[in-house]
Amino acid sequence: MADHVEHAVNNVSVDGTEGSRHTETSPGRTEVELNGQPPTARPPLVLTDTEEDEDEELTLKYGAKHVIMLFIPVTLCMVVVVATIKSVSFYTQKDGQQLIYTPFREDTETVGQRALNSMLNAAIMISVIVVMTLVLVVLYKYRCYKVIQGWLFFSNLLLLFFFSFIYLGEVFKTYNVAMDYLTLALIIWNFGVVGMICIHWKGPLRLQQAYLIMISALMALVFIKYLPEWTAWLILAAISVYDLLAVLCPKGPLRILVETAQERNEPIFPALIYSSTMVWLFNMADSAETRNNSSHPVPEQENQVAVAPMAQPDDDGGFTPAWVDQQQHQLGPMQSTEDSRREIQELPSARPPPEEDEEERGVKLGLGDFIFYSMLVGKASATASGDWNTTLACFVAILIGLCLTLLLLAIFKKALPALPISITFGLVFYFATDNLVRPFMDQLAVHQFYI
Amino acid sequence: MTVAVFFGCAFIAFGPAFSLFVFTIARDPLRVIILIAGAFFWLLSLLLSSLVWFISIKASNSQDLRLQRDLLIFGVFFSVLLQEVFRFAYYRLLRKATEGLAAISDEDTSAISVRQMAYVAGLGFGIMSGAFSMINVLSDSLGPGTVGIFGDSQYYFITAALMTLALTLLHTFWGVLFFEGCEKSRWWVIAAVVSLHLLVAGLVSFTWTHTFTVHIHYFTSTSSQLRFR
Repeated sequence: MADHVEHAVNNVSVDGTEGSRHTETSPGRTEVELNGQPPTARPPLVLTDTEEDEDEELTLKYGAKHVIMLFIPVTLCMVVVVATIKSVSFYTQKDGQQLIYTPFREDTETVGQRALNSMLNAAIMISVIVVMTLVLVVLYKYRCYKVIQGWLFFSNLLLLFFFSFIYLGEVFKTYNVAMDYLTLALIIWNFGVVGMICIHWKGPLRLQQAYLIMISALMALVFIKYLPEWTAWLILAAISVYDLLAVLCPKGPLRILVETAQERNEPIFPALIYSSTMVWLFNMADSAETRNNSSHPVPEQENQVAVAPMAQPDDDGGFTPAWVDQQQHQLGPMQSTEDSRREIQELPSARPPPEEDEEERGVKLGLGDFIFYSMLVGKASATASGDWNTTLACFVAILIGLCLTLLLLAIFKKALPALPISITFGLVFYFATDNLVRPFMDQLAVHQFYI
Repeated sequence: MTVAVFFGCAFIAFGPAFSLFVFTIARDPLRVIILIAGAFFWLLSLLLSSLVWFISIKASNSQDLRLQRDLLIFGVFFSVLLQEVFRFAYYRLLRKATEGLAAISDEDTSAISVRQMAYVAGLGFGIMSGAFSMINVLSDSLGPGTVGIFGDSQYYFITAALMTLALTLLHTFWGVLFFEGCEKSRWWVIAAVVSLHLLVAGLVSFTWTHTFTVHIHYFTSTSSQLRFR
């Protein structure tokens, strides 16, 4: 099977926060640098028919498990958003404020004017996203990793401190909880700092996943509050079209990003992808001389978070001084250098290649996907007259779209956009359920018909 | 119209389905996917049938109440038939998937049998049908109000919950029977399922003693299940 480097591409959105909208399978072996060798240095495996079939069957078999591993966080995110929308009225109140990216107002006299304004708003928003994606691709291509990291850091800072402070404030207002600033500051500080550490550095996998879900939910709530009606629906439609084009067209920015990352053998922007399994913390060295040769192939449980490329200053190849001393004592003096190590590694290994457990193969979904899915379901619960039926229908539609996307992923084995199918289904079901099914179900409920 | 009513009706309507889900389906990812896909197919059938009903409503005179009621009954029957059509379509899809999986794997059998898929698919249909019937009613029951203040039955919530429960379980059983009939090409089984479904939908329309109908439903469903043990 060919190497599949997993990528998740960032996409720009407002306030410097991004959305990455890709799903990929990530066979663990491509992340693992076995004894300092890059994955591509392995000789290609010659597969017989049975092995290929087994691999295919394995793909299908683990496909179901990984679909569920994505269903759960997507469901959780949606549940958080819907619960907030239903209880905290702040996020459904339109107090006349809009984002600077959507300057045109929708409270116009004529329907035509409203349509025009919303289309202009959507166009502006999408072009902002396109421009920022291009900036991102350019930055990545010219290896300005520090800029990108700083950008991500700042945006997560904003989300984890400022937006969660507002959220908590509104929740307290809704439930009439009295709170002093000191306690609040303590809570927000702890929440934010732990979040930054989990997301940008190391942390337990579940905690990192929880934080990613929370920031996606917060972002979706912001969108639900500040985007006017028609603009929001148009943006959803337009962004799924853009996602499709950007990932699949040969000149699409996201595809270029993915291919560049593939050439360089690096994972992209780990802080913006939801990963369903632990990501192995290994070298993503910039330069050849700083190769992290890990002689412990099994990472500890707490090294969960993949960090963006960092140079390893003094690399002794894992041979700690104590170990070297001991070896010298036993075997005589020797010197382990980069070159000597590489030479040894190039020798055919007598060991069988380490088996991959099924748990190694994780699947990743970009946070932008979470945000837009939750935004769709949140809007359905906020503004639909069919209320819970519409919300439920959109929820099922999005899950089925995700399932189909993952099925396509299992078949095509390359980075795919996760938005188009789900958002299309979601939009179709929203409008159909709200306008067609709701009157039907209302009539049935009134006359107590059960179908 | 209190939290008690809400929880009571919610547990009556969804308790068994929820426990079935937790104990038999939640562990196996493939079954969860089949369940949600089943719910999706039911939703599609509802969408199409409500589209047809909507068009018929719009094309007719909205003042004529008699006609509206007749159109609604027509809508109900059409919806039932369409649900069975989609159940058949889902059966075909699942058969194809099973064949695909079986062809690839080393053993001759696939990870999940047709009987299990039938049960899960039926439960998916049932849960979605129940949810669509009951959820809005449940959310209304949380709020203030008095049931039957204008002379209608006071037992609206409880009968709605019981009917939802009956329908959910019936869909599950019908799923099993239907798939069994398709597998063994016993067309009379399929016809029986369709006519039972029509009967249930029709009975509810024409009788006001809901508890009586609930008893009928349990009887029919358990007897039909017993036949195939």
